[in-house]
Amino acid sequence: MAKMVTFTIDGRQVTVPAGTLVIDAAKQAGIDIPAFCYYEGFSVQAACRMCLVEVEKMPKLQPSCALPAADGMVVHTETPKVVEARKSTIEFLLTNHPLDCPVCDKGGECELQDMTFRYGLGESRFLEIKHHAGEKQWSPLVFYDPARCILCYRCIRVCDEGLGMAALGLSYRGVAAEIIPNKGDHLECDECGWCIDVCPVGALTSGTYRYKSRPWEMNYVPAICTHCSNGCKTTLSVRNGEILRANNRDRSGINGEFLCVKGRFGFDFVHSQERLQSPLVRRDGRLEPASWGEALKVAAGRVREAIGRNGKFAVIGSTRTTNEENYYLQKFARQGLRTNNIDHHRSGDFITLVDALTGRTGALATVNDLYTCDAALVLGSDLAQQHPLLAVQLRANWRHHRAAVYVVTPGPVREDQYAARSLRAEAGSEVERLEELREQLKARKNLVVLYGASVKGEAVRRLVAFGDSLGIAVKYVCLVDYANSRGALDMGLLPHLAPGYRPVEIPGMHLDAMMAAPDLDVIWVVGANPLEGGREFAAKDAFVIVHELFLTETAQRADVVLPAMSLYEKNGTATNVCGEVQRTKAGPKVMGTKSDLDILGLLAAQLGFDLGVPSHEKVFEEIRRTVRGYSVPLPVLATGGAAQAAPCGPAPVDAQAELVRPSDDTLFTSGTLGKYSKRLTQVMEAPGRLFQP
Amino acid sequence: MTFSPELEAKFAKMIANYPPGRQKGALIPMLLYAQDEVGAVTDEVIDEVSRRLNVPRLEIEEVLGYYTMLAREPRGKYHLQICTNVSCMLTGGEELFEHACRKLGIGNRQKTPDGQFSLEEVECLGACSWAPAMQVNYDFHYQMTPEKLDRLIESLRKLQ
Repeated sequence: MAKMVTFTIDGRQVTVPAGTLVIDAAKQAGIDIPAFCYYEGFSVQAACRMCLVEVEKMPKLQPSCALPAADGMVVHTETPKVVEARKSTIEFLLTNHPLDCPVCDKGGECELQDMTFRYGLGESRFLEIKHHAGEKQWSPLVFYDPARCILCYRCIRVCDEGLGMAALGLSYRGVAAEIIPNKGDHLECDECGWCIDVCPVGALTSGTYRYKSRPWEMNYVPAICTHCSNGCKTTLSVRNGEILRANNRDRSGINGEFLCVKGRFGFDFVHSQERLQSPLVRRDGRLEPASWGEALKVAAGRVREAIGRNGKFAVIGSTRTTNEENYYLQKFARQGLRTNNIDHHRSGDFITLVDALTGRTGALATVNDLYTCDAALVLGSDLAQQHPLLAVQLRANWRHHRAAVYVVTPGPVREDQYAARSLRAEAGSEVERLEELREQLKARKNLVVLYGASVKGEAVRRLVAFGDSLGIAVKYVCLVDYANSRGALDMGLLPHLAPGYRPVEIPGMHLDAMMAAPDLDVIWVVGANPLEGGREFAAKDAFVIVHELFLTETAQRADVVLPAMSLYEKNGTATNVCGEVQRTKAGPKVMGTKSDLDILGLLAAQLGFDLGVPSHEKVFEEIRRTVRGYSVPLPVLATGGAAQAAPCGPAPVDAQAELVRPSDDTLFTSGTLGKYSKRLTQVMEAPGRLFQP
Repeated sequence: MTFSPELEAKFAKMIANYPPGRQKGALIPMLLYAQDEVGAVTDEVIDEVSRRLNVPRLEIEEVLGYYTMLAREPRGKYHLQICTNVSCMLTGGEELFEHACRKLGIGNRQKTPDGQFSLEEVECLGACSWAPAMQVNYDFHYQMTPEKLDRLIESLRKLQ
C-alpha cells in the first residue's frame, strides 16, 4: 500500500496516496477545479494556467494539475485571488479566439465557453486585431481550425500516449503556434477521431458532424458498436431518426471514451442509399419489391410446404444480431423447423476453450482486466487493428502500471513499440514458441492470454496447459472478430451445440456441409453473406430466404429478401469478445425495415410455431434462465453496465476447428457493413493491411 | 544521403557526445550544420536526421517551425538579419530594416530574384551595446546606419 497523505482542500480533510495530484484529490473530494490542458490518464502538461489554486505558505498560485498533494497542505480552490487569475487566463485565451460560438460545432458543449460563463467575462482589454489562420482539412474525417485552438496539447497526448500513433505535433511559435499533422498538410493515422473528442474547444471538428447540428437538438442513445467484437459503447447522437455522430463523452461503458474509426465514424452505412427498404420476392427469375405481408406469406408458404414433405432446412445465423435474435433463431430452427442444421461464420475457437476451462471461475478476462493485469500475452493478432479497444487498454496498462506485454505474431504489430518481448511466428505455430517466454512469464504476478483465430483446436488445449504450468493466475480471451460473434456461439448457432454449449443429440450440418449439400429445400440466411467472393450453394433448387441490410451476393441469390435492421436500430443485448453482455438501444430509424426478432416472430406466428413472445425482454429473461453463464445481474445491464457471461463448462464435442476462419478485417474494413460505409472507404489509409510495419 | 567528410566527422563526434538513448540532443546543431552545407533543411535532410537520431519526422517539423534560423527553402547567398528589438529599435533598427527592404526590393523573409540576398527581421542578436546591429550570414555588423548598409550591400555585390 502506498504511503497516504492528508491535507485540507476548501476546508475539507482529504486523505490520498502520496503522489496524487491536487486536481485529482480535489475531484475525489467532489471539488471541481477547471482545467483545459489537464486530462485524466495522460501526462501532465501544465500549459493552460486554468487550474491555479492558492496554497497556504506558498507565495504564488500553484497549478493543481502539476502539484502533488503533501501532508498538512492547505489548499483553497476558489478564493478571490484564484478567481481573478482564472479570469485573466481566460482573457488571454480569448485574445485571438474568434468567439464564433454561434456557428461553432462545439457551442453548447464547449469547455472554454462554459468557463467564460462561469467566470463571467464579458469584456476584454485587448483591442488589437485578432491573429487569424484559416481552417484546414487534414483528412475526410478531421478538420482543424487553428484560430479556435487554445494549444492545450490534449489531442497530441491522446494520439501519442493513448494510441502510440503520434500523428499530431505542435509547431511555430507565439500567436502563430498551431497543431500540425504528421504528413505536412494531411494526416495519415488511425483516423479514430479521439483528438476531436478531447478538444476542449471547437478547433478539431469531425468531417461527419461539422456544421450539421447543435448538441441540444439531438437525442443521445446508448448503443453497442456493431463493427468489431470489442463491444465499445457508442453514444449515438440522433436527430429525426438519423445518426449525426457517435462518441462516448460520458465515459459510460467498458471503453471509457475510446472509439476507433469504425465506432466513431463507421455508422453511415445505416443511412446508405443502398439500404434495402422493402422486401423483395423473386418473380419470373427477378427480385421485385413486395409488401411485408406478401413477402412473409410467400416465405411462410414455402416453409410450410417443405415441412409438409419432410424437407431439409439449413439456417445460417449472424454475428451481428442480438443475443435475443440469435437465441430465438436457434429456437426457430430447432423447435420450429426441427433441424440442427444451423451454424454461423466462426472467427475464433472458443468452444475448445470453454471445454478446457471446465470447472473454473474467473478464467475469462474482462476488458478491464487488460488494464489491471500484470502481464499480457498476445498470440496471432494485430491487436491495434483487429481489437483496437483491447490494444488501447493494454497500452494504458503499460503506461500507467508498466505491465509487461508479450507478442507472438506472424508480422510486425503496433504492440512491438512497447512490448517486453516480441516474437515472430508463422500463423498457426504461435503456441510452439511459448517455451521461450516461460521464465519471463513465470516471474509475473498474473497473466491475460489473448489468442487469435490461428490458435485453434489442440493448440488451445496446449495453451491452457502452458498457462496452468506457469503457477500464476491466468485468464483468457478468445479473439473472435464480429460484434456478436461470442453471442452467436453462446446462443447455440451451432450444429452440435445448443445454447450454453450443451451438446445436441443428433448434430446437424455445419456451414461447409450446408454449402456443399445438394439436396436442401430451404436455406435461411439471417444477416450473413456466405456467398461472398463468388461462392455458391450446391443446392441449386433450394428456396433461399435472406434477412439483410443490403443486396449482398447472398441476397441476390435469394427468393425472398427481408430488409432487416442493423444493430443500431434495435433493442437487445450483445456479448463482446470478453463475454461481457451489454444492452444496446434503438437509435435511428430506417423506413421499411424490421428487426430480425420481429421477422422471426411474425413468421413463427404464421407457421404456428409456439416459441414464446418475440420481445427482446421476454427472450432475454429466457436466456438468463436457461443459458449456461448468462444469469447476469439485470441491474448492471439496466444501468448501462457490462456483466460478464462465463459459460465455461463441458462441451464434449469436436470443436470443428477447421471451420474457424478469421475475418481479417483491418482497422478500416468491417465485412459487409464496411463496404457500405463511405466514411470507412473514403479515408486514404483504407483498406489497410494487417501485420505490416 | 551523405554529407561532406568534414561534416560527417563532426556529426559522428556530436552524436557520441550524448549518452545512449539521448542522441536526440544533437537535433538542432545537426539541422543547423546540415542547413549550412545543403543550403536549406530539405525533405532529404529531415529524413536523414530522423533516421540517424531516431527522431520521428513530425518532431523535426515541430522544431523547424519553431526556430526561425532553420529554413525549409534556400535563402540568398547573403542572408541579412536586421535586429528590430528594443535597443536596436531605439537607435534606428526599424528604419534600417525599411531601408534594406527598399534597397533590395524585397520584404521580410524574401529573396532577391538573382538569389544573392535575402532579408529577415530578427529578434535580439545579443549585441545591444553596439546597436543597431545586423548579421550577414554569421558575420556581425555593428552601429549600422543606412549609409553603412548601402556600402555593405555594394561591397557584397562586388564580391559575387
